[in-house]
Amino acid sequence: MHPETIATIVAASSPLVFAVLGETLTEKVGVVNLSLDGSMLLAAMVGFAIAFTTGSVELGFLAAALASSLVALIIVFTSIELRLNQIAIGLILTLLGTKLAAFLGQDFVRQVGPSVQARAIPYLEDIPYLGKIFFDHNPVVYASFLAIVLVYTFLFHTRHGLELQSSGERPEAAFAKGIPVNRLRYIYTALGGALVGIGGAAFSLDVKLGWSEGHIANFGWIALAIVIFGGWHPVRAALGCYIFGALQIIALRLQPELPGLSQVLPILPFPIMILTLVAVNHPLIRKIGLRSSVLGKIVRSDPPAALGRPFWRE
Amino acid sequence: MTYLKKMFVSNMSVMSAFCAITISLMLAILLLWFSGAPPIETGKLLLEGSLGNATRLSDTSMVWVPLALASASLIITFAAGLWNIGVEGQIIVGAIFASFVAREFDAPAPLLWGAMIMAGALGGMFWGGLTGLLRIKGKVNEIFGGLGLTFVATGIVIYLVIGPWKRAGIASTSGTAPFDSKAWFPTIMDLRVSPLAILLALAGLWLVYYLLKQSKFGLQLRATGINAIAASRLGVRTERNLMLAFLLGGVLAGIAGTVQVGAMHHKLVPSISGGYGYLAILVVLLGNYKSFRSGLISFFFAMIAVGSIQWQLRLDLHSSLGGVTQGILVLVVLVVMAIFTQYQRNQRI
Repeated sequence: MHPETIATIVAASSPLVFAVLGETLTEKVGVVNLSLDGSMLLAAMVGFAIAFTTGSVELGFLAAALASSLVALIIVFTSIELRLNQIAIGLILTLLGTKLAAFLGQDFVRQVGPSVQARAIPYLEDIPYLGKIFFDHNPVVYASFLAIVLVYTFLFHTRHGLELQSSGERPEAAFAKGIPVNRLRYIYTALGGALVGIGGAAFSLDVKLGWSEGHIANFGWIALAIVIFGGWHPVRAALGCYIFGALQIIALRLQPELPGLSQVLPILPFPIMILTLVAVNHPLIRKIGLRSSVLGKIVRSDPPAALGRPFWRE
Repeated sequence: MTYLKKMFVSNMSVMSAFCAITISLMLAILLLWFSGAPPIETGKLLLEGSLGNATRLSDTSMVWVPLALASASLIITFAAGLWNIGVEGQIIVGAIFASFVAREFDAPAPLLWGAMIMAGALGGMFWGGLTGLLRIKGKVNEIFGGLGLTFVATGIVIYLVIGPWKRAGIASTSGTAPFDSKAWFPTIMDLRVSPLAILLALAGLWLVYYLLKQSKFGLQLRATGINAIAASRLGVRTERNLMLAFLLGGVLAGIAGTVQVGAMHHKLVPSISGGYGYLAILVVLLGNYKSFRSGLISFFFAMIAVGSIQWQLRLDLHSSLGGVTQGILVLVVLVVMAIFTQYQRNQRI
């Protein structure tokens, strides 16, 4: 494939990478933040509105991260303190977030605002082939690469990461070991929510500029599905984002050749999403995963054991 | 769960429900105020706009019908412990099947209506069944299976409207050609309200109530929902029950789709499901998965949906404000009720 095509895919996928990494963190600690479709929209709107008003893209990203983090905190708070169902609250917040974004963002519809400026990295961009793919972008795209590495290293190679995982797998055991399970759930749900928000703002300030009602509708659901496809592993999940991005670019390029299907092509990701979910859960795939530990890491997809299950000390 | 049930019959629960509703209404008023709308005026407009005259009342009841049917569909699947978010798609497929009958068959009017309802139910059942198959055989969580299938249904409807079923000469997303008037559900005078549609919604709510409260199937379904493993040890065929819940939910959603084409639009349009599948999630959460309550709340939500059009027309408020109000209402009521429950739990310890 042409390096420029790959570069386009990598850049177009960066918002989803943030969102998927954020949700992976959240789910790894045992909380389901189902509100992604609403909170990303809200973050995209807040990010754009703040950047538009202040003229600062950085402030836009910060505000988006805060807004989405706040939504995530509602889920974890109502789950831990009020014992409400995470899925129920997540769905309510999805719908509310969508409507709230439309309502609060009404003055910013189709305005032209600031955007993230491209900045190639000197010297590195001259590396043949790879330079074009990895080092000829803007800071947001570089940050998405960095986020993959950071989340991976944090989750699997630091003490805090292991504590996070134990809270999502065996909260009782973790608690007995002295790990403050619920405090970790607060922290990492908020952090994951912030990443989701950055993903939303990466849409409105970089990949799909501007704001309009239902701007990036359905991308939140795609992100949630990619987390499952990614087997709750940050690197595999990021790979899922790039595959999805590639599919989108292909669909876009096909449109001129299949004009009759141009209205239908946008839904193509969804049957593919269903089929991949069927595939990762298929007994045959699972069997391969159990037989070989190397292959298992690639194909198996098991949720954290205590995902969505609240932990109360009683 | 039984603990929660006990709470609900106590006086405390009446008080907490009252407080929850008061607080959320106050918040809604604050929100309206904050967004530049005079609260009393908006309240008056909401009532007038949804119930003020026969036309508006009939419009409100025609929003109520699909919403109540979608809620009934969700209650059945919720009872089995399922998050059947795919209701929206099942409404769409029901509408497609009913449109097919309306377009292709010629029969005396009442027969045609019956055939449309049957076809719509079948369509919804088919789509619900697919979600069920994905969940039971494919181990795909019904949230993702249902949503994915909803988007597929959206694609199919757009394809039909601009492709094979396009209006003679022009392909536009404004919909197919109107059906022959024989396929239009009868209405009261010139109003939109169709007694047949109202009857279908009432029957749907009653059916769900009856099944869950009075039948062995309902008992088994609820047992499956509370603890599937325990239920299967006790001899309940859980997979069969889950599948039946999906199919039955699909039937109700499909009938909602039929009403949308037969009594509302009289043609197939891309936005045929009207978002009722998603809105019904809020209704059912607020109605605590109970059919009678959800029926009432559906009506209240239909009032907001129809009444808030006046907010747009008269006060120049954004069309999403109705949806914002509904969302905040549900969130606040659940939170306030939970605070009460939590308070009582602490009292007992």
